[in-house]
Order: sequence, then structure tokens, then C-alpha cells
Amino acid sequence: MRIKFWLGSAIVGLTVLLGPVAAMFAPQDPRTWQTYPRNLGPSLDHFLGTTALGQDIFWLLSWSVRNSLLLGVTVGALATIIGVAAGLVAGYRGGLSDRVLSFLMDGLIVIPSLPLLILLSALSKGQASMAVLGGMLVLFNWPFPARQVRSVALSLRERDFVSLAWFSGESLLRIVRWQLFPYLRNWAVANFINTILVVIAVESSLAFLGLSNDAIPTLGTMIYWALKYQALFAGRWYWIVPPILAVILIFVGLFLFSNSLTDRLRKHPGAAL
Amino acid sequence: MKFLISRLTSYLAVILFGITAIFFIPRLLPVNPVEAMLGRILSQGAYMQQEQVSALREVLSDAFGLNGSLASQYAGFLRRVLLTQDFGPSLAMYPTPVKELIAQALPWTFGLLLSSVLIAWVVGNALGLITGALPTRKLSRVLEGVALVFYPIPYFVLALVLSILFSFVWTVFPLTTTIRGVGWSWGFIGSVIYHSLLPAASIVAVTFGWWMLSMRALTETLMDEEFVIYARLKGLSNRRIILRYILPNTLLPQITFLALQLGLMFSGAIVTEIVFNYPGVGSLIHTAVLQGDYSLLTGAVSLSIVAVATLTLLVDLSCPLIDPRIRQR
Repeated sequence: MRIKFWLGSAIVGLTVLLGPVAAMFAPQDPRTWQTYPRNLGPSLDHFLGTTALGQDIFWLLSWSVRNSLLLGVTVGALATIIGVAAGLVAGYRGGLSDRVLSFLMDGLIVIPSLPLLILLSALSKGQASMAVLGGMLVLFNWPFPARQVRSVALSLRERDFVSLAWFSGESLLRIVRWQLFPYLRNWAVANFINTILVVIAVESSLAFLGLSNDAIPTLGTMIYWALKYQALFAGRWYWIVPPILAVILIFVGLFLFSNSLTDRLRKHPGAAL
Repeated sequence: MKFLISRLTSYLAVILFGITAIFFIPRLLPVNPVEAMLGRILSQGAYMQQEQVSALREVLSDAFGLNGSLASQYAGFLRRVLLTQDFGPSLAMYPTPVKELIAQALPWTFGLLLSSVLIAWVVGNALGLITGALPTRKLSRVLEGVALVFYPIPYFVLALVLSILFSFVWTVFPLTTTIRGVGWSWGFIGSVIYHSLLPAASIVAVTFGWWMLSMRALTETLMDEEFVIYARLKGLSNRRIILRYILPNTLLPQITFLALQLGLMFSGAIVTEIVFNYPGVGSLIHTAVLQGDYSLLTGAVSLSIVAVATLTLLVDLSCPLIDPRIRQR
């Protein structure tokens, strides 16, 4: 299964090159309208042509990839950290904190988050910053890791080496850090990557519906603008196809990467990364 | 019995939790829906006298249940929603009640969702069973690759790609859903199926990969179990081992997962419906969003929460029927 890992890494590397790295070299802010003549086809000056609003599609795409990745990585990291912490507390401490946290997890997991996010975005249309949206996404995404960590913590608690550490006077923090965390590290990375996927999917779905702040270029808002200006009917494939392809590439790449991690975890359950 | 009661309690708790969230989230935002809506109406060029504006503000506040203290608003909201399922009249399609609009859209969504979910479940599990039991075949490798590529793609992207491919590049399917025919004639049914094929295909394509991958993982671990090795030593055929020894043991987790996945699929179906303009709850939500129809939106969102919770409950309750061991819980 090496091939999954390398293919995944290669695609992720490519998107990072195309997105965050390339975005640093953008000749000007691609958000500005009417910088170039409108509706140009791909050429050497504009690798992917220009939009109906006179923006360079290539640089717009790299900004979009960068912003989508940035949101995904931030929310993924926060949700994973909160989830692991809450899961450990619930599973290891038990009692009342377990009951309260478990209820929150179950409640949030069953609620379909997309309709709620649609409601939220519809109400705050144009005013919701990335931070507010990110906060909501963290709220809906921490329960998944928390639930799994809780079940792992429940079983680890009973293991001899954990009891041994406890009786030899190790503090709770040290036990979590040195006895429990090594078991979760690999899994946490896979979960982090999966959350990035979920976040990019939800953000682009919202943007596609015209619900996110369309002044900030993301993959979703790019598709939204292209559809809004009838790129399809006018045959301007070079506007709509690149963001769609970029979404597909990011998803397949990140998923292959996280899947190869989970595979390794299944074959060597205790493997540290 | 104890299981039934605890499951029912958590079902009601989840619905209450969701509806409470719907009530509080808009109120936690620094946005006033009434003012936002007034602004939208005024910016659309409608000229209004000052007193008309304040009259409208009154009407909107009342429709949104924004009069009185927070506690009494919440009590009123719960009473209306839980007892009478009353979300007030739709603001965009005044005076049709929200309830009626939703009732019209619901069968479409359920038809699309249930059929595509079932197809994806059956196809994915069958393929997962085969690839898990025969991991060295070339076909298994290819199928796994396909599943790995399709599974992570978001619903709306695949829906867009399918609609570009089959409605623009190769025009075999219409771009939007316009169902012809009346009543329960063959023409009508055929038209429904024809127009549902692409949306259903996009949901199936995204979800079958998940089933296939999880089924494959389950089957792989089972293949190493002693009873399977024993069966093989007895000289039973591969086919018999797969159908009699592996399949029954994998069904239960897969059915439990179905409950968890339904919630996600509901969201996916909503987006897919919007892409294809399919006349279900998704399109209703889209219309509500475009026209700022706050009460329709609240109604549709509450409904999707209740629907997902109910489907999950049904799947959970049917588990003991499939595996007698579950009763010992």
C-alpha cells in the first residue's frame, strides 16, 4: 500500500505548490475586478484565461486553493485537538463529565449540520466572516474524534501498564501524554486529514449555494461565480473546470494519504507515526 | 424493553436538542433577521412609507416569534413546533403554510434518498464482500482504486461533473427536472425515473465507496477468524464460505453504520437536489435561502433533523430483528 501513500503525498504536494506557494507570487490581488480584458481563453500571459469579471483565473485559483486549505487545516486541527481532549476526559475520568460530554457528542453527531449551517449562513449572508464559519464547523466536527477517543480511552484505562503508571504516582497529564497518546497519534493525524476534507466540502457546498462570503476567494466561491456568470452556457470551460478539478484532486490526494495511515494503523495497531 | 425505552428517550432528546439549536443559533448571531429581511425587501426597489415599514417590522417580528422575553419566545416556539408542527405561513409564497410546502416536497426527497441509499448500500457491500474475500484478484485492486477515488469527492462536485458530462457534453439527460404527465400513469412514473437517474447516480457514486471500503475491511478481518479457516479446511466452496460464514457476520455493523450515514446522506441529497433542481426539500431550502424565507427555512431544517433522527431510530430498532445476539444488551 506504499503506492497510496506516495500518490497521496504527491497530489497533496502538488496542490500546496499550486495553492499557498504559487499564491505568494501572484503579480497582483486576483480579487480585483477588471484588471485584465474579460473572457480571454488560456494563453501564455494568462495560463487559464480570465473571468467575465476580468480576473486572472490561474492566480484566482491559487488564492482559492490557499484559502480553502487554510480554513480546512485550522478547523481540522482545532476539532481534532478538542475532540481528543474531550474524548480522553470522558473516557478516562468517567462519571458525570462522561455523561455530559457523551450527551453533547451524540446530540451533535445526529444533527445534520449542513441544514443548520445553511440556516446560519442565510441569516448572516455577507456578514459571516471566515472565523464565524470556522467556529461553527469546529462545533460540528469535534464530536466524531471525541467519540472514538472515548472508546479507546475506556479500554486503555483497564490496561495494566496504565494502572501501573497510576500507582507509581504519575500525574494524569503525564499518563495521558506518555501512556495514552502514543496509541492515538496516528489515528489523530488521519482524523485531522479527514476533517480537512469535511470542512472543504461543507464550505464549498455553502459557497456553491451562494451562502458564504463571496468576496473571499475559495474553491466554492469560485465555482459559484463561474456558474453565476453562466460560464457553462457560454462554453468558458477554463473558468469552471479548474476549481472543480482542484476540489477533486485535493480530496483524492488527502484521502489516499489518510487512508494509507489508517491501513498502517490496522496492520500495526500500536504504531507510532 | 429497557433498550427500547432508552433508545426512545435519546431519540426525543436529540430532536429537542436540534430544535433548541435551531431556536438559539439565529439568536446568538449579531444579526437581526427582521432588519436583514427589511433591508432585503427595501433594497429590491420596493418603495414604502415609514409607517408601512414599521407595520411590516411588526408582522415579521411576530412571524419569527421575536416578541416577548427569550424564555417566553422559546416556550412559544417549542409549543408551536412540537405540538402543532406550525411554522407559520411561508413569507415568499404567502399565504401557503410552510407545513404544506414541506409535505409536498418530502416524498420526492425520500424517494430519491432511500432508493439511492439502498442501491449504494447493496452495490457497495456486494463489491466490498468480493474484494475483501478475494483480495489478490486484479479486479479487486481495480475496484478498490475506483472506490478510493470516488468516496472522498463532495456530493455537489460529482453532481456538477455528471450534469456537465451528461447534459452539456453528451446531452442525454435534461439539465433541470421538469416532470411531465399527471397522476399515476406510466408516463408519469417513467418521467420521474428518467429525471431521477442523474441525481441518484451522483449520490450512489459518492456513497458506494464508503460501503465498499468498510465492508472490505470487515471481510478481511473475518477471513482470518478461526471458524472461517475451519470452514475452508472442511473443503467448503468459496461461495458458500462468503455467503454463509462471512455475510451474516458483516451485516450487523453495516446496518448500524447505515444509521450513522443517513444523516450525512440527507445533507448530500439536499445539495444534489439543488444542482439538479429536483423538487424536494433541498430545492425548497434553496428557494427559501434565495428569497429570505426565514420561516420556510426553519421548518425545512427542523424537518430534516426529525427525519434523520427517525430514520436512525428505525435502523437501530431493526437491529435485534437481524441479529438475535443484540437482545442480550
